[in-house]
Amino acid sequence: MSQWVDVCSVDDLIPHSGVCALVEETQVAIFYMPEDKAVFAINNFDPFSLINILSRGLIGDIQGEPMVSSPIYKQRFSLKTGVCMDDETVKVDSYGVRIEGDRVEVNLGAV
Amino acid sequence: MSNKQTLVVIGNGMVGQNFLVSLMASEIKDNYNVVTFCEEELPAYDRVHLSEYFSGKSADDLSLVEEGFFETNNITIHMGDKASSIDRAAKTVTSEKGVEIAYDKLVLATGSTAFIPPIPGNDREGCIAYRTIDDLDEMMATAKTSKVGAVVGGGLLGLEAAKALRDLNLETHVVQFAPRLMEAQLDDGGALLLKQKIEDLGVGVLTSKNTTQIVDGDTCKHKMVFADGTELETDMILYSAGIRPRYEIADACGLDIADRGGVVINDQCLTSDEDIYAIGECASWNNQTFGLVAPGYAMARTVVDHLAGGQDEFTGADMSTKLKLNGVDVASIGDAHGTTAGSLVYTYQNGVDGVYKRIVVSEDNKYLLGAVLVGDASGYPTLHQYYSNEIELPSNPDSLILPARSDESVGLGPDALPASAQVCSCFDVTKGDICTSIEGGCTTIGALKDDTKAATGCGGCAALVKSVLDCELEKAGFEVNTDICEHFAYTRQDLYNLIMVEEIKTFGELLEKHGSGKGCEICKQAIGSILASYWNDYVLDDDHVSLQDTNDTFLANTQKDGTYSVVPRMTGGEVTPDGLIAVGNVAKKYGLYTKITGGQRVDLFGARVDQLPPIWQELIDAGFESGHAYGKSLRTVKSCVGSTWCRFGVDDSVGLAVELENRYKGLRAPHKIKFAVSGCTRECAEAQSKDIGVIAVEGGWNLYVCGNGGMKPRHGDLFATNLDKETLIKYIDRVLTFYVRTADRLQRTSVWMENMEGGLDYLKSVVIDDKLQINDQLEAHMQHVVDTYQCEWTTTMADENKLKRFRHFVNSDKTDENIIFVEERGQIRPANIEERALALAEEA
Repeated sequence: MSQWVDVCSVDDLIPHSGVCALVEETQVAIFYMPEDKAVFAINNFDPFSLINILSRGLIGDIQGEPMVSSPIYKQRFSLKTGVCMDDETVKVDSYGVRIEGDRVEVNLGAV
Repeated sequence: MSNKQTLVVIGNGMVGQNFLVSLMASEIKDNYNVVTFCEEELPAYDRVHLSEYFSGKSADDLSLVEEGFFETNNITIHMGDKASSIDRAAKTVTSEKGVEIAYDKLVLATGSTAFIPPIPGNDREGCIAYRTIDDLDEMMATAKTSKVGAVVGGGLLGLEAAKALRDLNLETHVVQFAPRLMEAQLDDGGALLLKQKIEDLGVGVLTSKNTTQIVDGDTCKHKMVFADGTELETDMILYSAGIRPRYEIADACGLDIADRGGVVINDQCLTSDEDIYAIGECASWNNQTFGLVAPGYAMARTVVDHLAGGQDEFTGADMSTKLKLNGVDVASIGDAHGTTAGSLVYTYQNGVDGVYKRIVVSEDNKYLLGAVLVGDASGYPTLHQYYSNEIELPSNPDSLILPARSDESVGLGPDALPASAQVCSCFDVTKGDICTSIEGGCTTIGALKDDTKAATGCGGCAALVKSVLDCELEKAGFEVNTDICEHFAYTRQDLYNLIMVEEIKTFGELLEKHGSGKGCEICKQAIGSILASYWNDYVLDDDHVSLQDTNDTFLANTQKDGTYSVVPRMTGGEVTPDGLIAVGNVAKKYGLYTKITGGQRVDLFGARVDQLPPIWQELIDAGFESGHAYGKSLRTVKSCVGSTWCRFGVDDSVGLAVELENRYKGLRAPHKIKFAVSGCTRECAEAQSKDIGVIAVEGGWNLYVCGNGGMKPRHGDLFATNLDKETLIKYIDRVLTFYVRTADRLQRTSVWMENMEGGLDYLKSVVIDDKLQINDQLEAHMQHVVDTYQCEWTTTMADENKLKRFRHFVNSDKTDENIIFVEERGQIRPANIEERALALAEEA
């Protein structure tokens, strides 16, 4: 079932920040940390404010765990697992994402 | 395994659940197989905060049961099944659904029911008890077809129920049998003030009303007929006239029942059967029943202790209470009515502010016996400590209720409390328990709550817990950590100085030299703001864009639905007719909600990210520039019309406002900055409530600094008088730059001033007397900011690369289908959750 979908070029990503991609019907927030050549993908929907906005959050790390802070009410989510670091009962989906050459690919089935 | 005894708990309400939690936290938890019956379809929930169900809390939010609690602790719970009989000879409990359990020990926690006054017509349709979540659902359904509602009962719960009805937009009346509200807790004076305050909220209060029957209404569905011949028409009736213990099951199996109702218990909470306990509202101790949770919790602890072979005794309960009732502070302590022989009373009444305070003291004037507080219950924690720990009163006890007129402090500092002092009465946490927990490493409020449960019940002791914590930490010599976050072991001021001295221009450089990790939303925003204040570079530069929060990233204000609002600058609140028409045309073309702001300009709401650039192109073409409404930066300079038009005006306030706004626009600061200029001392521009306020007087301009409105309003301090314009601008340059350099992150000028050692005099010595010899620097910095100003929208529109970001999807031109508007008063507004669901369903 799961397959890699071509989304955009690496140049479309914003270093140290996020963009939102439409993959099939799903809004995927993609974050880019160029110093580690790392990309992360989680669902764009913020379960606290109930709007599609996580791609616009500030990113960084807490104790080494990469995270994004929701721009609306500031909850932090792990970029690896999608788990909310302020309330571990809340989680957003996380997805597979990789850089192939100068292209960015997302896999909704992989984690 | 097989030698475990079986313990059955009948009832999973607040007290039944508290008993289970206490038992599972005790050493004897493995001695029993525990079985419990819960009559309702939901396990224990917080009945004390039931009315919050109306303000949006869900049944889940009110739940008192941690997820997995029953499973983890191997407790068998029979949900929606009521225990119906006890066979004491066979030692079995049987339920309505036919479950039969043999017990070794039995705990009755059957609680109480709402008291329905025995009046003809009391069971008419729409006459409901106010007790359970099911009742609330029925009440909301009934309210939909009602215009008027009446609550029978003017006690604590009754007034909460009235608030709930009022919130449902019903004309609401409270009908009280007694001559005053909250008759158990308040005296006449306190109750009278409470009545006025409740009436001010639009709720009718009828006291001394004995309802004799309920019949068909003339204008409403029902008519309540009172003994004094008067009547009240209403569409629905809520009963909240007290509670009655539920003891049918105990009565039926022959346990002793008190004359006034309730299962008789002794000091160990044992009933007349030595294997059966009763706790909470169903129990009668010393011929008394208790309708509060704290005594019920105390009984639960007593039973756990007794099961473990301990000697604890239930010794009655402190019925003191503090709450916010419809926004009105009410508190009652101990013997509020002064019924103790020889007791003396002090009363303070302030008709202007609506405050009533009364304390009852012992005959020798040494100990507090009781108190009533209405309108201002801030003194409750101190008074309650004097009462519950029998601390000797100061020689003038009235100082405890009189307003402080000078610097003298009459509060009882946490240091004065003995270790045995009970701080949290819901969970019986003493100051000693809190200190032990702090020594054990719980040095935050959150950790303390988790560890001791203090302040997790009614929350009334939260402030006291915090002050005990602060006091203990200070005594232990803890240095309060002022690091901005885990990535930088510096304060904001330190970071500012590092950037200034080492001429650091990017976040990456600062992180490499002085930080660790990748940063976070706290340090990124703070450092982004400092870099913008100091260098005044374009905030969307590649080096800076990832430091900006979503407002600055999109140069617009994020709203709750993920759309943005747009504010073009209108300096001094001045706008030409053509300008206004252009703004109107843009709003019309893009269908934006339009509102006038408090800062005298126009705000356009509901723009999607992809609409921001075309909107701004049109605004720029019409001569507008960014209003910086999105930034922690100078917002507006508000003005009155001044001497140009006003017959009272002393000077040209609009002219000065335009000049000041043009000078400081774009200045990034730790927080937003607002100015105002008034043309005379009538002060129509409200300059004294602004960070920088200027008022025209005959001799020049008076300058006020560090005022603000907002959550905690503060009048600005008069900084200098009769200034000419040149000096005025110099002073403002210096004050603002000094603020930008030395304030904490997100600190408004008001708080900055209040935390400044030396306060206003110190600031004057820096700015006016140049005490630090930095005024040249401060002015040069401001001149740099003024000289490098740019309209961020004009810059952005000229850069294809930056505009790329203004779309919802990086790989599609579609827009976010979750953004949905509905119409209200002729304009759009964001759809609420139900409307959104409906619209999405229709589309599908």
